[in-house]
Amino acid sequence: MPILEVEHIRKSFDHTEVLKDISFSLEKGQVVSIIGSSGSGKTTLLRCLNFLERPDKGVIRVNGKTLFDAEDPATMQESQIRKKRLHFGLVFQSFNLFPQYTALENVMLAKELLAKEQPDYKSRKKEILAEIKEQAETLLNQMGLSDRMNNYPHQLSGGQCQRVAIARALALQPDILCFDEPTSALDPELTGEVLRVIKELADQKTTMVIVTHEMAFARDVADHVIFMDDGCILEQGDPIQVMEHPKEERTRQFLSRFTQE
Amino acid sequence: MELILQQMPIVIQSLNVGFLQTLKLFFVTLIGAIPLGLIISFGSMSKFRPLSYLSKFIVWIIRGTPLMIQLLIVYYFPGLVLHNPIWGGGEAGRFLAASVAFIINYACYFSEIYRGGIQGVPVGQEEAGLVLGMTKSQIFFKITLLQMIKRIVPPMSNEIITLVKDTSLARIIALQEIIWAGQAFMKGSQGISGAIWPLFFTAVYYLICNGILTVLLGRLEKKLDYFR
Repeated sequence: MPILEVEHIRKSFDHTEVLKDISFSLEKGQVVSIIGSSGSGKTTLLRCLNFLERPDKGVIRVNGKTLFDAEDPATMQESQIRKKRLHFGLVFQSFNLFPQYTALENVMLAKELLAKEQPDYKSRKKEILAEIKEQAETLLNQMGLSDRMNNYPHQLSGGQCQRVAIARALALQPDILCFDEPTSALDPELTGEVLRVIKELADQKTTMVIVTHEMAFARDVADHVIFMDDGCILEQGDPIQVMEHPKEERTRQFLSRFTQE
Repeated sequence: MELILQQMPIVIQSLNVGFLQTLKLFFVTLIGAIPLGLIISFGSMSKFRPLSYLSKFIVWIIRGTPLMIQLLIVYYFPGLVLHNPIWGGGEAGRFLAASVAFIINYACYFSEIYRGGIQGVPVGQEEAGLVLGMTKSQIFFKITLLQMIKRIVPPMSNEIITLVKDTSLARIIALQEIIWAGQAFMKGSQGISGAIWPLFFTAVYYLICNGILTVLLGRLEKKLDYFR
């Protein structure tokens, strides 16, 4: 059974249809790269998965459980949406780290707040907080930031910020980690360190949905590539097939701009 | 010069009493206007149109007219126009009327500062909190509030320093604040008359008070300098 199933998602803003009948699925431990030109609806799709936008039509299922169904208002209760979001993690283009917290605190904050909802929080407070801290430190180590844990975001480079943001998303152990153009706000020199970290996650079989403009990376890291154009999935499949032998003229046109460089 | 030195203790004592009233008006205004400003700013940012229009209309009226006229209207309108002198005649009544006028006036200025501070926090901060499973109130208290405070401290410092000086406008309804106390020695009070220097001397009080405030608010600003 696929870990993620997206069926017939539609989304309009005012009178512009941004997503027109999007369907795809993803197996556990797999990586899907979504490519396509700006304005094709890639980011909106990720925002729908993370409940930052509400699709007008369609169904989203995780592990066979229906998280969202536009036909069923019961799936849209505000109180439950918060819990449902935890199935997904999202790494933003512009990091969105919390500036008043250190790297370590950024990674710990959400987990601490969730821990307070546990019934045994009061009796095991110290223990729980120690666990959370240890886990955050492990994640930051994994991101190669062991000497940066107590720095504030403004003291970090863009690449370091984005790696903190990845650790922050991983701290909640989401089923599916989404990336929204994770390197687009970075200096070209710094993209490598972020892509390397994402590649490592892929090797560890982290389930990921990656929206990116880094074509070589999209092909290397993904098990499945989706090419989006004007709110539709125009072509999807094996990375080699989609990116080297595209069936559609539009896909070829889009990809040729990158190979020329 | 000798005369001034002779008059000094009497004048200082009288000015101190006046300045106490100035400080009282200053603090009462702050305590009232800080929360009221928040309510007005929420009103003007409300998605419910009539409420946001009403809030913006009030802010437009209050910021568009002189505080001195507002003071006069608040103080005299109930008694002279409505024939219902709600303030009473004494110093307590004048203080109450002045407080009301100042609180409304400053709340409107504060509300605009708050609005800038609240809207100045990038949307991405809230979204990052949401995708991490935080509640709206956790996002407000743990993430956005401090960023707003950091943004509003410098413009609030300006307003607070202006407020110290603006309290002198309450002289127009004869509130016995420090300007009133200084002026009394021109007309004659406690055996001193025709003396202009006590009035000029009141400026020293404002200077010292604002000096202290500048240092304190500067410290607060510096304290929030650890993040950007």
